[in-house]
Amino acid sequence: MSTAVRLEKLRKVFQGRGGGIVTAVDGVSLEVKDGSLVTLLGPSGCGKTTVLRMIAGFETPTEGEISIGDERITTLPANKRRTSMVFQSYGLFPHMTVFDNVGYGLRIRKVQGAEIRTRVLSMLELVGLTGTEARLPSQLSGGQQQRVALARALITEPRVLLFDEPLSNLDAKLRVQVRQEIRRLQQRLKITSIYVTHDQDEAMTLSDQIVVMHQGRIEQVGHPEEIYARPRTRFVADFIGRANFLAGTVRAVEDARAEVEMPLGRFQVTAGEFRAGDPVWLLLRPEAIDLTAPEAGRWQGQIATTTYLGGEVFYEVTVGHQTLLIKVGHPQGGTGLAAGKSVGVTFEETSLHLIHREDASPGSQPA
Amino acid sequence: MIELRKILRDPVLAATIGVIAVALFLFVVYPLFKVFQMSVVADGGLSLHIYSDLLDKSFERRPIYNSLILGALVGVAGTAVGYLFAFAIARADVPWKGFFRIIATFPIISPPFVLSLAAILLLGRQGFITRTVFQGWWDPHIYGLRGLILVETIAFFPTAFLIMLGILQAIDPALEESSLNLGATRWQVFRTVTLPLSIPGLASSLLVVFVESLADFGNPIILSGNFHVLSVQAYLQITGMADFAGGAGLAVLLLLPTLVAFLLQKYWVSRKSYVTVTGKPSPGRLSVDPMTRRLLFCLCLAVTGGILLLYGTVVFGSFVTLWGANYTLTLKHYVSVFKIGGGYLRDTLILAGVATPITGILGMVIAFLVVRKEFAGKGLMDLTSMLTFAVPGTVVGIGYILVFNEPPLLLTGTAAIIVLLFIFRNVPVGIRAGVAALQQIDKAIEEAATNLGAGTARTFVTITLPLITPAFFSGLAYSFVRCMTAISAVIFVVSGSWNLITVAILGLVENADLSQAAAFSLVLVAIVLLVLGLMQYGVGRVATSQMGYEPQG
Repeated sequence: MSTAVRLEKLRKVFQGRGGGIVTAVDGVSLEVKDGSLVTLLGPSGCGKTTVLRMIAGFETPTEGEISIGDERITTLPANKRRTSMVFQSYGLFPHMTVFDNVGYGLRIRKVQGAEIRTRVLSMLELVGLTGTEARLPSQLSGGQQQRVALARALITEPRVLLFDEPLSNLDAKLRVQVRQEIRRLQQRLKITSIYVTHDQDEAMTLSDQIVVMHQGRIEQVGHPEEIYARPRTRFVADFIGRANFLAGTVRAVEDARAEVEMPLGRFQVTAGEFRAGDPVWLLLRPEAIDLTAPEAGRWQGQIATTTYLGGEVFYEVTVGHQTLLIKVGHPQGGTGLAAGKSVGVTFEETSLHLIHREDASPGSQPA
Repeated sequence: MIELRKILRDPVLAATIGVIAVALFLFVVYPLFKVFQMSVVADGGLSLHIYSDLLDKSFERRPIYNSLILGALVGVAGTAVGYLFAFAIARADVPWKGFFRIIATFPIISPPFVLSLAAILLLGRQGFITRTVFQGWWDPHIYGLRGLILVETIAFFPTAFLIMLGILQAIDPALEESSLNLGATRWQVFRTVTLPLSIPGLASSLLVVFVESLADFGNPIILSGNFHVLSVQAYLQITGMADFAGGAGLAVLLLLPTLVAFLLQKYWVSRKSYVTVTGKPSPGRLSVDPMTRRLLFCLCLAVTGGILLLYGTVVFGSFVTLWGANYTLTLKHYVSVFKIGGGYLRDTLILAGVATPITGILGMVIAFLVVRKEFAGKGLMDLTSMLTFAVPGTVVGIGYILVFNEPPLLLTGTAAIIVLLFIFRNVPVGIRAGVAALQQIDKAIEEAATNLGAGTARTFVTITLPLITPAFFSGLAYSFVRCMTAISAVIFVVSGSWNLITVAILGLVENADLSQAAAFSLVLVAIVLLVLGLMQYGVGRVATSQMGYEPQG
């Protein structure tokens, strides 16, 4: 697969109110493969939307270059870029019918009226909106408005499809349904897509690649499974899913295995780039820990808090000086164990993943 | 410099910005600069002798004091009457609210000097009341400060009314309800919550009415008598004595307090406002007790009676053969409106008809650029386009004759100079309306159009303009009313070949042909009402065809 979109060392500096400057995007380089869906994931203010708006041409980079295919588009006006965007607020034209909204891009391109009609109707069929063409956007439900926005973006056969948190205005159930539709359509039409979201579930289910952003920089790029299982930084591990971070120190490295010492004992972990003496975090996902009867556990502890969520229960368990977050699926009857109860705790060494620890503070912090 | 490269790749945008910038400089900034320059340059060198002449003797300082005193008194009186009407309508739930609202806005669309005309008909030396009621044992002295306060208060309280109505309606009812809930009486609620929250609005309206009074020309030129004010003196200095430098000096003296008040209002008072406009109509309102309501109702009724008496007198006067001498009813004044005044009417309608649509579109374009586009000098464009709004018409008019009297910009005597003056004087209201409307519209709607391939011009025409139609029409309506009724600036640029009905009316009043002036004024008001009605109908049609749309957040 060839590269469809290339970002080279993009930087965007905004003039803040009162004269200060804000660096929204700080040296972002990225290659998006043809036909793939890449999500930019991060908390609000991480610069993901600014990156998207620079690709669309609504913001001009302070430094860096943007290319689509072999063409440099850094200074190309937004209306010449052929990058269709699905806006967070949809941006539907309130004074035009669904038909006119979807056909707008074709009219701009001076497509014949008859062809516009055929293409709009088949596009509406594709997104399941047949019969709504004469309505105004305000007469549609939120989910329908969303699909009009999608149809309007798809119909011009853009080189890149851009999504700016398109599902954030839908309720939780609809969100799941629409995101599956988006994935299905994107894979069927093989359109290169860049998708901005702060919702990790969305990123996990939709993406070929996830780009985790933090404070204007890229923290990690990878396949969803890679991001979850082998995060490179504490920020990534923390942002995607829930995590226990146990402070430790690498004592020795042998055959790519590191021996790590921490208050719960010594463990053999895949070393990666780590060397003896490095301070590390041991990442341990809550679902990787088993709760047992006190005598059956490798460690013993006490329940500190219980959070019952129906399909699963989260416990905070005190083990020595550590507090571990533990997730138990399929709780059998009741709402979980009471605080203060003694329990056993067990996990596999293979569940541990090493992350650089910059501050040398000892002790563990569940997050 | 990527920004610049990008703008240059959008030639329509670049050209539009360029043309507007040049036009604003030429027709707004440069005339003002000329006035200032004229007042400080003498015999080829810098000199302040014009000001020392103007400020030297106490009788020459008189117009400055007079203008300021009149402005302050009218500011206070106008704000008080405006607050009374706004409170009665927004808070006290008085009967006849709709009627009072019409009364409190009507003076905006009537030519200002109609009230002076009415005052003369009633209280002048040959006035109806003077002759029948006072019969010589008391002279109401309508020519001077007293008369001016009366007519200017009525002419300008609508501004205060609209400002205060906005403020009172925007105060969250929960604030007053919680005060009541905590044990305050209704009077205490008013004193401790409602009034303090309306203080920024009161200050704002005080300043705006002050500026309006200072800039007023139509009333004082008829009614000031020996009470000289700056706007009229500047005019007389130039047209009567051909003393351009002296006129410019007076104009600058008029400009200074105006600008101070304008800047205070814009940058200081408006920041003190506690009110955030949510655009949500509030549900139930806390009302006042029946006694207060009755009192407020009576006060509104009294003011309304006075206003109706004045306008009614003009209507009556237009049918009277010779005011003060022969009260036989006649239609002869209306006949001569169309006989001798046909030319004035035609000129006025043509000039207003050309200027109004241009003003409306220019206002929307500038609003669009200022709200939606990024370019160097954007803030300057915003400020400059607002400038003519704050600057008294007299100053602008003097600037225009100074600039456009000689080549290469020789425009004196043409229709173009009047049209240009109309456009750049009336465009700020359209801009404000456009800016307010645009800020309500989700930016993503226009970005979506750009994203789908529409250029700046296409986006503006197919998306932005349809969405801000109501603002566009209110800009149009305001511009038309002002074209038809304004006098202070255009009186300097009218000519034999292009003349205006307002100027003709002024001439009639000066010749004491009061009934004829009254007939002209009423025809003028009728035309304005007719056109406003048509525009209203137009907006209604547009609004129904877009029914159910609301700006999405």
